[in-house]
Amino acid sequence: MTPLLRFKSISCRRGGRLLFSDLDLELGAGEALQVAGPNGAGKSSLIRIAAGLLQPESGSVESASLALADDNLALDPELPLRRALGFWGGSTEDGLHALGLATLRELAVRLLSSGQRKRATLARVVASGAPLWLLDEPLNGLDSNGAALLASLMAEHCEAGGAILAASHAELSGDWRRLELTA
Amino acid sequence: MIGRLIAREVRRGLSGPAWLPAAFFLLVATLIPFAIGPDPKLLARIAGAVLWVAALTAALLPIERLVEPDRADGILDQLAIRGVADESIAAAKIAGHWLTFGPLLLISAILGALLLDLAPDQLPQLLIALFVGSLALAALAVAVASLTAGLPRAGALAGLLLLPLAIPLLIFGASASGDTASGALLLEVAVALFILAGAPFVAGAAIKASRT
Repeated sequence: MTPLLRFKSISCRRGGRLLFSDLDLELGAGEALQVAGPNGAGKSSLIRIAAGLLQPESGSVESASLALADDNLALDPELPLRRALGFWGGSTEDGLHALGLATLRELAVRLLSSGQRKRATLARVVASGAPLWLLDEPLNGLDSNGAALLASLMAEHCEAGGAILAASHAELSGDWRRLELTA
Repeated sequence: MIGRLIAREVRRGLSGPAWLPAAFFLLVATLIPFAIGPDPKLLARIAGAVLWVAALTAALLPIERLVEPDRADGILDQLAIRGVADESIAAAKIAGHWLTFGPLLLISAILGALLLDLAPDQLPQLLIALFVGSLALAALAVAVASLTAGLPRAGALAGLLLLPLAIPLLIFGASASGDTASGALLLEVAVALFILAGAPFVAGAAIKASRT
């Protein structure tokens, strides 16, 4: 079976510092991989390389259709949440319901709390329908209910044949392979 | 996605102070008679040049909101993930920006021409020249906004970049506004086409380079 994400001998250097080198990685359907490590170890860089937003120093990346949730909201602040999410297409209502945001659908994005904003970025990922989810510190800003909701969504996604690459310094609940980066 | 992006640019432009460049344009045009005196003949003679300088300075105002907010908020990243080429993003931004900047500028130019007592037979020529020029100015603005996105004091830097790049437009555009017989309009169109063809690629490369 073709993996949804494949790294071949990826090396990454930022600001003259080698973060990781000759990294090989495969993520198939139903798999979830947590990238862990201290601050500055290169977790976010690895996610951005997987998303095609950052060029590695060497190596190649192949990936299926993907969706990314990071610290950037990427939603128009003046629009109601439903319309802001709708710009990105996909199943907006599914995303809103999945993250418990249905009652906030007509609220302007700028009025959302930081936790609700995090849910909104995750709703965009859910709505995308992409098989590969890239999540950079997905627990940041989520309360315990939000974290539990996310855990169940991630489990459902993997059961449905999706794959998840998540960078997090905190432990993610569920059945995760682990890749430890060192600073 | 490109159509949605253009519509988004128009909505953002109109929901913000879209009238600001037009108001600034008129303000500059209004100030000139105060500075040089109310001589109708002199004002009429320099009206085309004054309106062009006013258009150039007005084009500077929206630059900071064209690209940087989308870069900082991750919207450019999300578009790239969805396979939208950076050059296409830039082209959509140029189209969207012109739609909110160009028509208002042209309407203001009519008022400015009246204020400066421009000869009525020169008005159509001025509007054609400004129409062509505003397209190129919109393209230059997006290119410069992309080049300066994320840099400190980007607004001042954008002005220093845009104004020299717009000098050929100013020369041919202002000439075309006053003299229908010269080939200035054709030269202005040539410069504008060159800018319109190149700007999406310059802006696209700058957007790509700004990703860290």
